[in-house]
Amino acid sequence: MKLHQLSLFLENRPGALKVPCRLLAGAGINILTLNLADTAEYGILRLIVKDWQRARQVLTDAGCVVNVAEVIAIDVPDRPGGLADVLDVLDSENLGIAYVYAFVHGRQDKHAAMIFRFDEPDRAVQVLASHHIHAVPSADLFAGLT
Amino acid sequence: MQRLWNDCAGGFHTASAPDYLPVDRLRELQLSRLRASVNRSYQRMSLFRQRMQDRGLMPEDLRSLEHLAQLPFTVKSDLRDSYPFGLFASPMEDVVRLHASSGTTGKPIVVAYTRQDLDVWTEAIVRCFAACGVHRGDVIQNAYGYGLFTGGLGVHYGAETLGATVIPISGGNTERQIMVMNDFGVTVICCTPSYFVHLLERARELGVNPRALRAGIFGAEPWSDAMRQRIQEDSGIRAFDIYGLTEIIGPGVGIECACQNGLHVLEDHFYPEIIDPQTCRVLEEGQEGELVLTTLSKEAMPMIRYRTRDITRMIAGPCPCGRTLRRIQRIGRRSDDMIIVRGVNVFPSQIEAALLGARGTLPHYQIVLTRHKGLDHLEVQVEVTPEVFSDKVGTLEALQRQLAESIEHTIGIHAAVRLVQLRTLQRSEGKAKRVLDQRTNV
Repeated sequence: MKLHQLSLFLENRPGALKVPCRLLAGAGINILTLNLADTAEYGILRLIVKDWQRARQVLTDAGCVVNVAEVIAIDVPDRPGGLADVLDVLDSENLGIAYVYAFVHGRQDKHAAMIFRFDEPDRAVQVLASHHIHAVPSADLFAGLT
Repeated sequence: MQRLWNDCAGGFHTASAPDYLPVDRLRELQLSRLRASVNRSYQRMSLFRQRMQDRGLMPEDLRSLEHLAQLPFTVKSDLRDSYPFGLFASPMEDVVRLHASSGTTGKPIVVAYTRQDLDVWTEAIVRCFAACGVHRGDVIQNAYGYGLFTGGLGVHYGAETLGATVIPISGGNTERQIMVMNDFGVTVICCTPSYFVHLLERARELGVNPRALRAGIFGAEPWSDAMRQRIQEDSGIRAFDIYGLTEIIGPGVGIECACQNGLHVLEDHFYPEIIDPQTCRVLEEGQEGELVLTTLSKEAMPMIRYRTRDITRMIAGPCPCGRTLRRIQRIGRRSDDMIIVRGVNVFPSQIEAALLGARGTLPHYQIVLTRHKGLDHLEVQVEVTPEVFSDKVGTLEALQRQLAESIEHTIGIHAAVRLVQLRTLQRSEGKAKRVLDQRTNV
Protein backbone atom coordinates (compact mmCIF):
# COMPACT_ATOMS: atom_id res chain seq x y z
CA MET A 1 0.00 0.00 0.00
CA LYS A 2 2.64 2.48 1.07
CA LEU A 3 5.38 3.74 -1.20
CA HIS A 4 8.79 4.96 -0.21
CA GLN A 5 9.45 8.51 -1.27
CA LEU A 6 12.95 10.00 -1.28
CA SER A 7 13.43 13.66 -0.38
CA LEU A 8 16.51 15.78 -0.95
CA PHE A 9 17.54 19.15 0.39
CA LEU A 10 18.52 21.54 -2.40
CA GLU A 11 19.89 25.02 -2.00
CA ASN A 12 18.23 27.57 -4.20
CA ARG A 13 20.93 28.10 -6.78
CA PRO A 14 21.38 27.43 -10.48
CA GLY A 15 22.04 23.81 -11.30
CA ALA A 16 20.97 22.44 -7.93
CA LEU A 17 18.11 20.34 -9.34
CA LYS A 18 20.27 18.88 -12.07
CA VAL A 19 22.75 17.25 -9.69
CA PRO A 20 20.52 14.47 -8.26
CA CYS A 21 18.85 13.95 -11.65
CA ARG A 22 22.23 13.33 -13.28
CA LEU A 23 23.23 10.97 -10.48
CA LEU A 24 20.11 8.87 -10.95
CA ALA A 25 20.49 8.99 -14.71
CA GLY A 26 24.03 7.69 -14.37
CA ALA A 27 22.74 4.77 -12.32
CA GLY A 28 20.00 4.02 -14.86
CA ILE A 29 17.22 4.87 -12.43
CA ASN A 30 14.04 6.34 -13.86
CA ILE A 31 12.17 9.01 -11.92
CA LEU A 32 8.50 8.04 -12.01
CA THR A 33 7.25 11.27 -10.54
CA LEU A 34 8.58 14.17 -8.54
CA ASN A 35 7.56 17.27 -6.72
CA LEU A 36 9.62 20.30 -5.75
CA ALA A 37 8.62 22.35 -2.73
CA ASP A 38 10.32 25.71 -2.84
CA THR A 39 11.04 28.41 -0.32
CA ALA A 40 13.09 31.56 -0.90
CA GLU A 41 16.32 29.91 0.19
CA TYR A 42 16.00 26.21 -0.47
CA GLY A 43 13.87 23.52 -1.98
CA ILE A 44 12.83 20.01 -1.07
CA LEU A 45 12.86 17.60 -3.98
CA ARG A 46 10.58 14.61 -3.52
CA LEU A 47 11.04 11.62 -5.78
CA ILE A 48 9.29 8.37 -6.49
CA VAL A 49 11.47 5.73 -8.08
CA LYS A 50 11.02 2.01 -8.39
CA ASP A 51 14.21 0.86 -6.68
CA TRP A 52 14.24 3.42 -3.88
CA GLN A 53 16.94 1.66 -1.85
CA ARG A 54 19.46 1.72 -4.68
CA ALA A 55 18.52 5.30 -5.53
CA ARG A 56 19.04 6.31 -1.92
CA GLN A 57 22.44 4.64 -1.92
CA VAL A 58 23.50 6.40 -5.12
CA LEU A 59 22.45 9.79 -3.77
CA THR A 60 23.88 9.26 -0.31
CA ASP A 61 27.20 8.08 -1.71
CA ALA A 62 27.38 11.31 -3.68
CA GLY A 63 26.97 13.28 -0.47
CA CYS A 64 23.26 14.15 -0.68
CA VAL A 65 21.15 14.25 2.46
CA VAL A 66 18.23 11.92 1.76
CA ASN A 67 15.07 11.48 3.75
CA VAL A 68 12.74 8.52 3.26
CA ALA A 69 9.03 8.97 3.92
CA GLU A 70 6.03 6.70 3.40
CA VAL A 71 3.45 8.02 0.99
CA ILE A 72 0.33 6.52 -0.53
CA ALA A 73 -0.72 6.55 -4.17
CA ILE A 74 -4.50 6.86 -4.34
CA ASP A 75 -6.66 6.11 -7.34
CA VAL A 76 -8.62 9.24 -8.05
CA PRO A 77 -11.45 9.06 -10.60
CA ASP A 78 -10.48 11.17 -13.60
CA ARG A 79 -13.61 13.37 -13.73
CA PRO A 80 -14.78 16.66 -12.24
CA GLY A 81 -15.13 16.21 -8.48
CA GLY A 82 -13.02 13.05 -8.38
CA LEU A 83 -10.40 14.52 -6.06
CA ALA A 84 -12.96 16.51 -4.05
CA ASP A 85 -14.84 13.30 -3.23
CA VAL A 86 -11.68 11.67 -1.92
CA LEU A 87 -10.83 14.73 0.14
CA ASP A 88 -14.33 14.73 1.63
CA VAL A 89 -13.71 11.27 2.99
CA LEU A 90 -10.28 12.12 4.38
CA ASP A 91 -11.69 15.27 5.95
CA SER A 92 -14.54 13.38 7.58
CA GLU A 93 -11.95 11.18 9.27
CA ASN A 94 -9.77 14.13 10.34
CA LEU A 95 -6.86 12.75 8.41
CA GLY A 96 -4.20 15.43 8.00
CA ILE A 97 -2.49 15.80 4.63
CA ALA A 98 1.00 17.25 4.52
CA TYR A 99 1.08 17.58 0.74
CA VAL A 100 -0.22 16.03 -2.48
CA TYR A 101 1.10 15.74 -5.97
CA ALA A 102 0.20 13.88 -9.12
CA PHE A 103 1.70 10.71 -10.41
CA VAL A 104 3.00 11.48 -13.87
CA HIS A 105 2.74 8.10 -15.49
CA GLY A 106 -0.51 7.76 -17.45
CA ARG A 107 -3.13 5.16 -16.54
CA GLN A 108 -5.67 3.67 -18.85
CA ASP A 109 -8.69 3.09 -16.61
CA LYS A 110 -10.07 6.64 -16.25
CA HIS A 111 -8.21 7.05 -12.99
CA ALA A 112 -5.34 9.31 -12.01
CA ALA A 113 -2.89 8.31 -9.30
CA MET A 114 -2.19 11.01 -6.76
CA ILE A 115 0.61 10.80 -4.21
CA PHE A 116 -0.55 11.70 -0.70
CA ARG A 117 1.78 12.40 2.19
CA PHE A 118 -0.21 11.89 5.38
CA ASP A 119 0.83 12.84 8.87
CA GLU A 120 -0.34 9.38 9.98
CA PRO A 121 0.34 6.99 7.07
CA ASP A 122 -0.79 3.87 8.93
CA ARG A 123 -4.16 5.28 9.94
CA ALA A 124 -4.57 6.60 6.41
CA VAL A 125 -4.26 3.06 5.04
CA GLN A 126 -7.06 1.89 7.35
CA VAL A 127 -9.31 4.84 6.55
CA LEU A 128 -8.88 4.34 2.81
CA ALA A 129 -9.66 0.64 3.10
CA SER A 130 -12.76 1.19 5.20
CA HIS A 131 -14.11 3.71 2.67
CA HIS A 132 -13.19 1.51 -0.30
CA ILE A 133 -10.84 4.07 -1.73
CA HIS A 134 -8.28 2.29 -3.82
CA ALA A 135 -4.65 2.79 -2.89
CA VAL A 136 -2.51 1.64 -5.78
CA PRO A 137 -0.11 -1.15 -4.84
CA SER A 138 3.44 -0.43 -5.87
CA ALA A 139 3.47 -3.56 -8.03
CA ASP A 140 0.72 -2.05 -10.22
CA LEU A 141 2.29 1.39 -10.15
CA PHE A 142 5.68 0.17 -11.23
CA ALA A 143 4.47 -2.53 -13.62
CA GLY A 144 6.56 -2.43 -16.74
CA LEU A 145 8.70 0.44 -15.47
CA THR A 146 12.39 0.55 -14.65
CA MET B 1 36.97 0.39 23.19
CA GLN B 2 35.99 3.38 25.21
CA ARG B 3 37.69 3.53 28.54
CA LEU B 4 36.17 5.47 31.40
CA TRP B 5 38.21 7.27 33.96
CA ASN B 6 36.97 6.24 37.34
CA ASP B 7 40.07 7.61 38.93
CA CYS B 8 39.53 11.34 38.97
CA ALA B 9 43.21 12.03 39.61
CA GLY B 10 44.05 10.80 36.13
CA GLY B 11 47.37 9.22 35.35
CA PHE B 12 50.28 10.01 37.61
CA HIS B 13 53.71 10.62 36.20
CA THR B 14 56.77 11.55 38.24
CA ALA B 15 56.95 14.85 36.33
CA SER B 16 53.49 15.65 37.69
CA ALA B 17 54.75 16.16 41.26
CA PRO B 18 54.57 19.99 41.01
CA ASP B 19 50.84 19.64 40.23
CA TYR B 20 50.29 18.59 43.83
CA LEU B 21 52.58 20.97 45.78
CA PRO B 22 51.09 22.29 49.00
CA VAL B 23 49.77 25.78 48.26
CA ASP B 24 52.22 27.61 50.54
CA ARG B 25 55.15 25.77 48.98
CA LEU B 26 53.81 26.61 45.54
CA ARG B 27 53.54 30.32 46.39
CA GLU B 28 57.10 30.37 47.74
CA LEU B 29 58.36 28.73 44.58
CA GLN B 30 56.41 31.16 42.43
CA LEU B 31 57.76 34.20 44.25
CA SER B 32 61.37 33.12 43.99
CA ARG B 33 60.98 32.28 40.31
CA LEU B 34 59.07 35.49 39.65
CA ARG B 35 61.84 37.60 41.16
CA ALA B 36 64.42 35.85 39.00
CA SER B 37 62.28 36.32 35.91
CA VAL B 38 61.68 40.02 36.59
CA ASN B 39 65.38 40.50 37.28
CA ARG B 40 66.33 38.83 34.05
CA SER B 41 63.82 40.90 32.08
CA TYR B 42 65.03 44.10 33.71
CA GLN B 43 68.67 43.33 32.99
CA ARG B 44 68.22 42.11 29.43
CA MET B 45 65.09 43.66 27.91
CA SER B 46 65.34 47.38 27.35
CA LEU B 47 61.62 47.80 26.74
CA PHE B 48 60.76 46.30 30.13
CA ARG B 49 63.52 48.21 31.91
CA GLN B 50 62.31 51.48 30.41
CA ARG B 51 58.73 50.84 31.50
CA MET B 52 59.85 49.95 35.04
CA GLN B 53 61.91 53.12 35.23
CA ASP B 54 58.99 55.19 33.95
CA ARG B 55 57.01 53.92 36.95
CA GLY B 56 59.91 54.41 39.33
CA LEU B 57 60.06 50.67 40.00
CA MET B 58 63.04 48.43 40.63
CA PRO B 59 63.06 44.61 40.55
CA GLU B 60 63.79 44.65 44.30
CA ASP B 61 60.37 46.23 44.88
CA LEU B 62 58.81 42.89 44.17
CA ARG B 63 58.58 41.44 47.66
CA SER B 64 55.35 39.49 47.32
CA LEU B 65 53.25 37.98 44.58
CA GLU B 66 50.70 40.76 45.13
CA HIS B 67 53.29 43.35 44.10
CA LEU B 68 53.18 41.89 40.60
CA ALA B 69 50.01 43.95 40.07
CA GLN B 70 52.14 47.12 40.01
CA LEU B 71 54.34 45.97 37.17
CA PRO B 72 53.81 47.08 33.57
CA PHE B 73 51.97 44.90 31.06
CA THR B 74 53.33 43.40 27.88
CA VAL B 75 50.97 43.39 24.89
CA LYS B 76 50.94 41.74 21.51
CA SER B 77 52.01 44.88 19.67
CA ASP B 78 55.20 44.91 21.78
CA LEU B 79 56.12 41.65 20.10
CA ARG B 80 55.21 42.95 16.67
CA ASP B 81 57.06 46.22 17.16
CA SER B 82 60.21 44.37 18.20
CA TYR B 83 60.10 42.03 15.20
CA PRO B 84 62.01 39.81 14.80
CA PHE B 85 64.37 39.47 17.78
CA GLY B 86 63.89 42.64 19.82
CA LEU B 87 62.53 41.01 22.97
CA PHE B 88 65.06 38.20 23.28
CA ALA B 89 66.70 38.02 26.69
CA SER B 90 69.31 35.46 25.65
CA PRO B 91 72.15 35.82 23.19
CA MET B 92 71.43 34.15 19.88
CA GLU B 93 73.99 31.41 20.52
CA ASP B 94 71.90 30.24 23.49
CA VAL B 95 68.71 30.16 21.41
CA VAL B 96 68.15 26.65 20.07
CA ARG B 97 64.69 27.05 18.51
CA LEU B 98 62.53 29.75 16.98
CA HIS B 99 58.79 29.59 16.39
CA ALA B 100 56.47 32.18 14.93
CA SER B 101 52.75 32.76 15.05
CA SER B 102 50.85 33.35 11.87
CA GLY B 103 50.25 37.05 11.63
CA THR B 104 46.81 37.67 10.22
CA THR B 105 47.84 41.25 9.58
CA GLY B 106 51.40 42.07 8.62
CA LYS B 107 54.43 40.44 10.24
CA PRO B 108 54.23 37.41 12.49
CA ILE B 109 55.55 37.42 16.02
CA VAL B 110 58.73 35.48 16.68
CA VAL B 111 59.49 33.59 19.88
CA ALA B 112 62.73 32.01 21.07
CA TYR B 113 63.63 29.04 23.26
CA THR B 114 66.84 28.08 25.02
CA ARG B 115 67.60 24.44 25.73
CA GLN B 116 66.12 24.91 29.20
CA ASP B 117 63.00 26.58 27.77
CA LEU B 118 62.41 23.54 25.61
CA ASP B 119 62.83 21.32 28.67
CA VAL B 120 60.22 23.36 30.53
CA TRP B 121 57.88 23.08 27.58
CA THR B 122 58.38 19.33 27.35
CA GLU B 123 57.74 18.99 31.07
CA ALA B 124 54.56 21.06 30.70
CA ILE B 125 53.23 18.79 27.95
CA VAL B 126 54.11 15.66 29.93
CA ARG B 127 52.16 17.00 32.90
CA CYS B 128 49.23 18.08 30.72
CA PHE B 129 48.94 14.74 28.99
CA ALA B 130 49.33 12.81 32.22
CA ALA B 131 46.48 14.90 33.66
CA CYS B 132 44.28 13.66 30.81
CA GLY B 133 45.16 10.07 31.63
CA VAL B 134 47.57 9.63 28.72
CA HIS B 135 50.46 7.32 29.45
CA ARG B 136 53.24 5.12 28.14
CA GLY B 137 51.64 2.64 25.76
CA ASP B 138 49.28 5.19 24.23
CA VAL B 139 49.53 5.80 20.50
CA ILE B 140 49.22 9.52 19.87
CA GLN B 141 48.29 10.95 16.51
CA ASN B 142 49.63 14.48 16.54
CA ALA B 143 47.65 16.32 13.89
CA TYR B 144 48.75 19.78 14.97
CA GLY B 145 50.80 21.45 12.27
CA TYR B 146 54.53 20.86 12.45
CA GLY B 147 56.61 23.86 11.58
CA LEU B 148 56.67 27.44 12.77
CA PHE B 149 53.37 26.86 14.59
CA THR B 150 54.08 25.77 18.17
CA GLY B 151 51.39 23.06 18.26
CA GLY B 152 53.16 20.28 16.38
CA LEU B 153 56.65 20.23 17.86
CA GLY B 154 55.48 21.34 21.30
CA VAL B 155 53.20 18.37 21.69
CA HIS B 156 55.64 16.06 19.96
CA TYR B 157 58.54 16.17 22.41
CA GLY B 158 56.31 16.15 25.46
CA ALA B 159 54.38 13.14 24.27
CA GLU B 160 57.61 11.28 23.45
CA THR B 161 59.06 12.10 26.84
CA LEU B 162 55.90 10.81 28.47
CA GLY B 163 56.73 7.50 26.81
CA ALA B 164 53.83 7.37 24.40
CA THR B 165 54.20 6.39 20.75
CA VAL B 166 53.97 9.57 18.69
CA ILE B 167 52.79 9.70 15.09
CA PRO B 168 54.01 13.04 13.72
CA ILE B 169 51.40 13.21 10.99
CA SER B 170 50.95 17.01 11.20
CA GLY B 171 47.81 18.67 9.81
CA GLY B 172 45.92 18.04 6.60
CA ASN B 173 45.29 15.07 4.31
CA THR B 174 42.15 13.96 6.08
CA GLU B 175 41.83 10.53 4.48
CA ARG B 176 45.38 9.59 5.39
CA GLN B 177 44.67 10.78 8.95
CA ILE B 178 41.70 8.41 9.12
CA MET B 179 43.65 5.51 7.66
CA VAL B 180 46.45 6.01 10.17
CA MET B 181 44.03 6.42 13.06
CA ASN B 182 42.40 3.14 12.20
CA ASP B 183 45.38 1.04 11.05
CA PHE B 184 47.87 2.17 13.72
CA GLY B 185 45.46 1.69 16.62
CA VAL B 186 45.59 5.35 17.64
CA THR B 187 44.33 5.87 21.20
CA VAL B 188 44.77 9.63 21.54
CA ILE B 189 44.44 12.37 18.95
CA CYS B 190 45.66 15.95 19.15
CA CYS B 191 44.27 18.64 16.84
CA THR B 192 41.87 21.55 16.82
CA PRO B 193 38.33 20.60 17.88
CA SER B 194 36.88 21.79 14.57
CA TYR B 195 39.27 19.57 12.64
CA PHE B 196 38.36 16.58 14.76
CA VAL B 197 34.69 17.13 13.97
CA HIS B 198 35.64 17.07 10.31
CA LEU B 199 37.70 13.89 10.77
CA LEU B 200 34.80 12.18 12.52
CA GLU B 201 32.40 13.12 9.78
CA ARG B 202 34.72 11.93 7.03
CA ALA B 203 35.50 8.69 8.89
CA ARG B 204 31.80 7.97 9.14
CA GLU B 205 31.36 8.52 5.41
CA LEU B 206 34.19 6.12 4.74
CA GLY B 207 32.65 3.61 7.11
CA VAL B 208 35.69 3.71 9.39
CA ASN B 209 35.30 3.45 13.15
CA PRO B 210 38.66 3.76 14.91
CA ARG B 211 37.82 1.64 17.92
CA ALA B 212 41.05 2.14 19.83
CA LEU B 213 40.59 5.91 20.04
CA ARG B 214 39.62 6.92 23.54
CA ALA B 215 40.74 10.51 24.09
CA GLY B 216 41.32 13.74 22.23
CA ILE B 217 43.40 16.66 23.40
CA PHE B 218 42.00 19.65 21.61
CA GLY B 219 43.15 23.24 21.57
CA ALA B 220 44.44 26.19 19.55
CA GLU B 221 40.96 27.67 19.13
CA PRO B 222 38.15 28.57 21.51
CA TRP B 223 35.39 25.97 21.68
CA SER B 224 32.30 25.67 23.78
CA ASP B 225 31.34 23.11 26.38
CA ALA B 226 28.38 22.21 24.18
CA MET B 227 30.85 21.31 21.43
CA ARG B 228 32.68 19.06 23.88
CA GLN B 229 29.46 17.28 24.81
CA ARG B 230 28.66 16.79 21.16
CA ILE B 231 32.11 15.41 20.33
CA GLN B 232 32.00 13.04 23.30
CA GLU B 233 28.51 11.80 22.47
CA ASP B 234 29.23 11.39 18.77
CA SER B 235 32.59 9.68 19.09
CA GLY B 236 32.50 8.00 22.49
CA ILE B 237 35.92 9.46 23.35
CA ARG B 238 36.81 11.89 26.11
CA ALA B 239 37.58 15.36 24.79
CA PHE B 240 40.05 17.43 26.81
CA ASP B 241 40.81 21.10 26.43
CA ILE B 242 44.45 22.19 26.34
CA TYR B 243 45.41 25.83 26.53
CA GLY B 244 48.45 27.69 25.43
CA LEU B 245 49.74 30.54 23.34
CA THR B 246 52.85 31.15 21.33
CA GLU B 247 53.84 34.27 23.27
CA ILE B 248 54.00 32.32 26.54
CA ILE B 249 55.40 28.98 25.30
CA GLY B 250 52.84 27.27 23.04
CA PRO B 251 50.42 24.53 24.12
CA GLY B 252 50.87 23.39 27.70
CA VAL B 253 49.98 26.47 29.71
CA GLY B 254 46.79 24.93 31.06
CA ILE B 255 45.00 21.59 30.90
CA GLU B 256 41.79 19.92 31.91
CA CYS B 257 42.10 16.97 34.26
CA ALA B 258 39.74 14.00 34.32
CA CYS B 259 37.19 16.12 36.20
CA GLN B 260 36.73 18.32 33.11
CA ASN B 261 35.78 21.29 35.20
CA GLY B 262 38.14 24.09 34.25
CA LEU B 263 41.77 24.05 33.18
CA HIS B 264 44.60 23.79 35.68
CA VAL B 265 47.19 26.46 34.92
CA LEU B 266 50.74 25.14 35.26
CA GLU B 267 51.30 28.08 37.53
CA ASP B 268 54.70 27.05 38.80
CA HIS B 269 55.85 28.12 35.31
CA PHE B 270 53.07 30.44 34.13
CA TYR B 271 51.58 32.77 36.72
CA PRO B 272 47.96 33.80 36.06
CA GLU B 273 46.10 36.98 36.92
CA ILE B 274 42.63 38.07 35.83
CA ILE B 275 42.22 41.77 35.10
CA ASP B 276 39.44 44.07 34.10
CA PRO B 277 40.37 44.78 30.47
CA GLN B 278 39.16 48.39 30.76
CA THR B 279 40.59 49.52 34.09
CA CYS B 280 43.46 46.97 34.05
CA ARG B 281 42.88 46.33 37.76
CA VAL B 282 43.36 42.81 39.07
CA LEU B 283 40.00 41.20 39.77
CA GLU B 284 39.04 38.99 42.66
CA GLU B 285 38.85 35.26 42.30
CA GLY B 286 35.75 34.20 40.40
CA GLN B 287 35.26 37.43 38.50
CA GLU B 288 35.42 37.26 34.74
CA GLY B 289 38.07 39.25 32.93
CA GLU B 290 41.15 39.06 30.75
CA LEU B 291 43.78 36.46 31.53
CA VAL B 292 47.26 37.89 32.11
CA LEU B 293 50.21 35.51 32.25
CA THR B 294 53.75 35.92 33.55
CA THR B 295 56.39 33.34 32.71
CA LEU B 296 58.35 32.28 35.78
CA SER B 297 61.07 30.13 34.28
CA LYS B 298 61.57 31.14 30.68
CA GLU B 299 65.00 32.33 29.66
CA ALA B 300 65.06 33.36 26.02
CA MET B 301 61.88 35.38 26.11
CA PRO B 302 60.40 35.99 29.52
CA MET B 303 56.97 37.61 29.45
CA ILE B 304 55.98 39.79 32.35
CA ARG B 305 52.22 40.32 32.64
CA TYR B 306 51.39 39.39 29.09
CA ARG B 307 47.83 40.34 28.16
CA THR B 308 46.41 37.26 26.45
CA ARG B 309 43.07 38.88 25.38
CA ASP B 310 41.45 35.63 26.44
CA ILE B 311 38.38 36.08 28.60
CA THR B 312 37.96 33.71 31.54
CA ARG B 313 37.71 33.57 35.31
CA MET B 314 39.39 31.66 38.11
CA ILE B 315 37.41 28.77 39.52
CA ALA B 316 37.39 28.90 43.31
CA GLY B 317 38.03 25.95 45.53
CA PRO B 318 40.12 22.81 45.27
CA CYS B 319 39.69 20.38 42.39
CA PRO B 320 38.65 16.83 43.31
CA CYS B 321 41.67 15.56 41.33
CA GLY B 322 43.94 16.82 44.10
CA ARG B 323 45.98 19.22 41.98
CA THR B 324 46.70 22.43 43.82
CA LEU B 325 47.18 24.35 40.58
CA ARG B 326 44.45 26.94 40.22
CA ARG B 327 41.88 26.48 37.49
CA ILE B 328 40.57 28.84 34.86
CA GLN B 329 37.28 28.37 33.11
CA ARG B 330 37.66 27.09 29.54
CA ILE B 331 38.37 29.94 27.14
CA GLY B 332 35.16 30.40 25.21
CA ARG B 333 35.89 33.95 24.27
CA ARG B 334 38.91 35.69 22.93
CA SER B 335 38.63 39.42 22.63
CA ASP B 336 40.35 39.14 19.23
CA ASP B 337 37.44 37.02 17.99
CA MET B 338 34.81 39.42 19.19
CA ILE B 339 32.58 40.85 16.52
CA ILE B 340 30.44 43.89 17.06
CA VAL B 341 27.02 43.65 15.46
CA ARG B 342 24.72 46.63 15.76
CA GLY B 343 26.78 47.75 18.72
CA VAL B 344 26.49 44.42 20.54
CA ASN B 345 29.54 42.33 21.35
CA VAL B 346 29.18 38.84 19.96
CA PHE B 347 31.55 35.89 20.25
CA PRO B 348 31.40 33.01 17.75
CA SER B 349 31.47 30.54 20.64
CA GLN B 350 28.15 31.92 21.91
CA ILE B 351 26.55 31.18 18.58
CA GLU B 352 28.16 27.74 18.57
CA ALA B 353 26.69 26.93 21.97
CA ALA B 354 23.25 28.13 20.88
CA LEU B 355 23.36 25.95 17.76
CA LEU B 356 24.54 22.88 19.61
CA GLY B 357 21.75 23.34 22.13
CA ALA B 358 19.39 22.30 19.34
CA ARG B 359 19.35 18.59 18.70
CA GLY B 360 20.83 17.00 15.65
CA THR B 361 22.67 19.86 14.02
CA LEU B 362 26.28 19.32 13.13
CA PRO B 363 28.73 21.81 14.53
CA HIS B 364 29.57 23.12 11.08
CA TYR B 365 28.48 26.69 10.86
CA GLN B 366 29.57 30.00 9.48
CA ILE B 367 28.75 33.50 10.55
CA VAL B 368 28.32 35.97 7.71
CA LEU B 369 28.14 39.67 8.41
CA THR B 370 26.82 42.08 5.83
CA ARG B 371 25.55 45.63 5.92
CA HIS B 372 22.35 46.80 4.27
CA LYS B 373 21.59 50.54 4.25
CA GLY B 374 23.90 51.10 7.19
CA LEU B 375 22.40 48.30 9.28
CA ASP B 376 24.39 45.22 10.22
CA HIS B 377 22.91 41.92 9.20
CA LEU B 378 23.95 38.74 10.95
CA GLU B 379 23.43 35.49 9.12
CA VAL B 380 24.31 32.10 10.53
CA GLN B 381 24.68 29.35 7.97
CA VAL B 382 24.04 25.84 9.22
CA GLU B 383 24.39 22.63 7.29
CA VAL B 384 21.35 20.38 7.00
CA THR B 385 22.23 16.93 8.31
CA PRO B 386 20.28 13.70 7.76
CA GLU B 387 19.19 13.93 11.41
CA VAL B 388 17.34 17.20 10.98
CA PHE B 389 16.27 16.98 7.36
CA SER B 390 12.59 16.40 6.68
CA ASP B 391 10.44 16.14 3.56
CA LYS B 392 8.13 18.74 5.07
CA VAL B 393 8.84 22.45 4.63
CA GLY B 394 7.14 23.18 7.92
CA THR B 395 9.60 21.03 9.86
CA LEU B 396 12.60 22.78 8.35
CA GLU B 397 11.04 26.18 8.96
CA ALA B 398 10.45 25.21 12.57
CA LEU B 399 14.14 24.22 12.85
CA GLN B 400 15.22 27.58 11.45
CA ARG B 401 12.94 29.38 13.88
CA GLN B 402 14.19 27.33 16.80
CA LEU B 403 17.85 28.01 15.95
CA ALA B 404 17.20 31.71 15.39
CA GLU B 405 15.40 31.99 18.71
CA SER B 406 18.14 30.11 20.50
CA ILE B 407 20.79 32.45 19.04
CA GLU B 408 18.78 35.56 19.80
CA HIS B 409 18.23 34.35 23.33
CA THR B 410 22.00 33.90 23.78
CA ILE B 411 23.40 37.02 22.13
CA GLY B 412 20.45 39.37 22.38
CA ILE B 413 20.17 40.31 18.74
CA HIS B 414 18.34 38.79 15.81
CA ALA B 415 20.19 36.46 13.49
CA ALA B 416 18.91 35.04 10.23
CA VAL B 417 19.48 31.31 10.01
CA ARG B 418 20.16 29.96 6.55
CA LEU B 419 20.09 26.23 5.94
CA VAL B 420 22.73 25.09 3.49
CA GLN B 421 23.58 21.76 1.92
CA LEU B 422 25.78 19.33 3.79
CA ARG B 423 29.53 19.78 3.19
CA THR B 424 29.19 23.15 1.54
CA LEU B 425 30.78 25.10 4.39
CA GLN B 426 34.54 25.18 4.37
CA ARG B 427 36.31 22.60 6.55
CA SER B 428 39.40 23.80 8.31
CA GLU B 429 42.44 21.63 8.92
CA GLY B 430 43.70 23.97 11.57
CA LYS B 431 42.00 26.87 13.26
CA ALA B 432 38.43 27.21 12.04
CA LYS B 433 37.45 30.47 10.37
CA ARG B 434 33.97 31.02 11.71
CA VAL B 435 33.33 34.59 10.70
CA LEU B 436 33.03 36.05 7.23
CA ASP B 437 32.79 39.79 7.66
CA GLN B 438 31.59 41.31 4.40
CA ARG B 439 30.57 44.64 5.86
CA THR B 440 31.83 47.60 3.94
CA ASN B 441 31.48 51.19 5.03
CA VAL B 442 29.73 52.46 1.94
